[in-house]
Amino acid sequence: MSETFTKTMARNIFYGGSLFFILVFLGLSFHTTRVLPERDHRENINEDVILGKKLWEDNNCIGCHTLMGEGAYFAPELANVYDRFGKNKEAIKAFIKSRPANGIPGRRSMPQFNFSEEELEALAEFLKWTSEIDDGNWPPNIQG
Amino acid sequence: MKFQSQAVAMPYFIAAIGLFLGQILFGLIMGLQYVMGDFLFPEIPFNVARMVHTNLLIVWVLFGFMGSAYYLIPEESQTELFSPKLALALFWIFLVAGALTIVGYLAVPYATLAEITGNDLLPTMGREFLEQPTITKIGIVIVALGFLFNLGMTVLKGRKTVISMVLMIGLVGLAVMFLFSFYNPHNLVLDKMFWWYTVHLWVEGVWELILGAILAFVLIKITGVDREVIEKWLYMIIAMALITGILGTGHHYFWIGTPDYWQLLGSVFSALEPIPFFMMTLFAFNMINKRRREHPNKAAALWAMGTGVMAFLGAGVWGFLHTLSPVNYYTHGTQITAAHGHMAFYGAYAMIVMTMISYAMPNIRGRIANSRQAQVIEMWGFWLMTVSMVFITLFLTGAGILQVWLQRFSDNPQGFMAVQSQIEVFYWMRELSGVIFLIGLAVYIYSFFAKGDEVTVDNAATASA
Repeated sequence: MSETFTKTMARNIFYGGSLFFILVFLGLSFHTTRVLPERDHRENINEDVILGKKLWEDNNCIGCHTLMGEGAYFAPELANVYDRFGKNKEAIKAFIKSRPANGIPGRRSMPQFNFSEEELEALAEFLKWTSEIDDGNWPPNIQG
Repeated sequence: MKFQSQAVAMPYFIAAIGLFLGQILFGLIMGLQYVMGDFLFPEIPFNVARMVHTNLLIVWVLFGFMGSAYYLIPEESQTELFSPKLALALFWIFLVAGALTIVGYLAVPYATLAEITGNDLLPTMGREFLEQPTITKIGIVIVALGFLFNLGMTVLKGRKTVISMVLMIGLVGLAVMFLFSFYNPHNLVLDKMFWWYTVHLWVEGVWELILGAILAFVLIKITGVDREVIEKWLYMIIAMALITGILGTGHHYFWIGTPDYWQLLGSVFSALEPIPFFMMTLFAFNMINKRRREHPNKAAALWAMGTGVMAFLGAGVWGFLHTLSPVNYYTHGTQITAAHGHMAFYGAYAMIVMTMISYAMPNIRGRIANSRQAQVIEMWGFWLMTVSMVFITLFLTGAGILQVWLQRFSDNPQGFMAVQSQIEVFYWMRELSGVIFLIGLAVYIYSFFAKGDEVTVDNAATASA
């Protein structure tokens, strides 16, 4: 770098630039939280959805699956699983319930979590609510 | 080593390398589970292996950053560390807490761990990379506060340099952004949005300051280039890192329910994120070309150049590959992401820690550099790990391109599992590359024990300054 460009100038670019973009980012974050209600349909977050998210976390589902594309890439995307299963909560519940405890020889298998009926309903509700978030039409197709 | 208290870095470096080994072993388990789905099931399900793999990575890199800071800050400040005892106490607290957490992951089902650690009181668990029990997270905050206090007091009583200021800003930023891990609203969209405050603003934000500061420190030491020049570079690199990286967070706000303007903002700013990494590559090569002394530690110079190149390739090039929103629409959450994650983390953060270890460990052990023989072995470790990581990345990229095509792009998209079985060959090749990586790591670890002709200040011609 040339001699006319001094360390002080570089320092000012760092502090000034960083501060400017921190403020812009905070402003945009604030705006995003203002307009989110139109997109996340938070009015539909009921007790079941809350319990479903808690179960999702307590069983580390994200350790294998992606949800809206984030998570692990070992098992199918679940943000649209409600649609993939024909908008049928019973199908989701039946799938989770029927996983063999000792797995499937040679294949990947979801563990058997021994959920109660109430918990299965909550998980299905959580996945249904998630599928209805306005997320820019992602994923590209039903396969996730 | 100029100050006795810098030696407190040593246990941190040893722990870092030990945990690194654990990370790789669990990576190999996961790699095998990709092709042999029932491997270790149900004893170690994939999600548990992954949690151990990623959490060990985070913890060992943090150990590496802490050790680096304990070594760097006293030397830059030209004074002893404020409290070596505190540093040692925090080391054991962090190590025991980390070990207990890993044992918890492996010993009991995750839901049980959540229950017995009181996740119901303040639910923070079960989110990617932030799987640690809430009490572990609180422990991390306490360790971080003690660590920052110790370093802060050292900086205050000594010389204040640009490098130590940048490192401190990075470390304080690391601690502050971690606090967002305690925010876990019921609303998944808000949860995800602020989860990225920790995850993105760590690895594509404040961690780059830490990386830059450590790189600058090592380059001053091994090249003898004027501090003014190095500091100017450092300022420009971290300026570009934050100018591009902060709004670059937007590339995670494409498909999680956040508004559409993030598509454009996130695409534009994250497309600029390779710039600071490219500058780091130029920085390392330029300084080494302009070196004013022949430092006998050639291995450290290799690591310093290597981290520049690999961080640029992994974080810069592989990040750019899928960061534009029209591309990301198809690649989001596929093996392309995994490919990028592997090379970026290795190139930027694993390698900068090994750069510092390579420079500092010989000094702590009372010599200016390791013997020529030991350095040759260390460089073998460098090449084996680095080249196999390139292949891991290429095979995952191949898997990812096919996955995107078969599952998302073709006229007849196929289901996830059907696609996975068709791309198995790439997973086998990745696993094989992983085995080579493990061999490279073993060679690297062996280099610490290798004997050889002593390098003295006399035959090294110039001493460390």
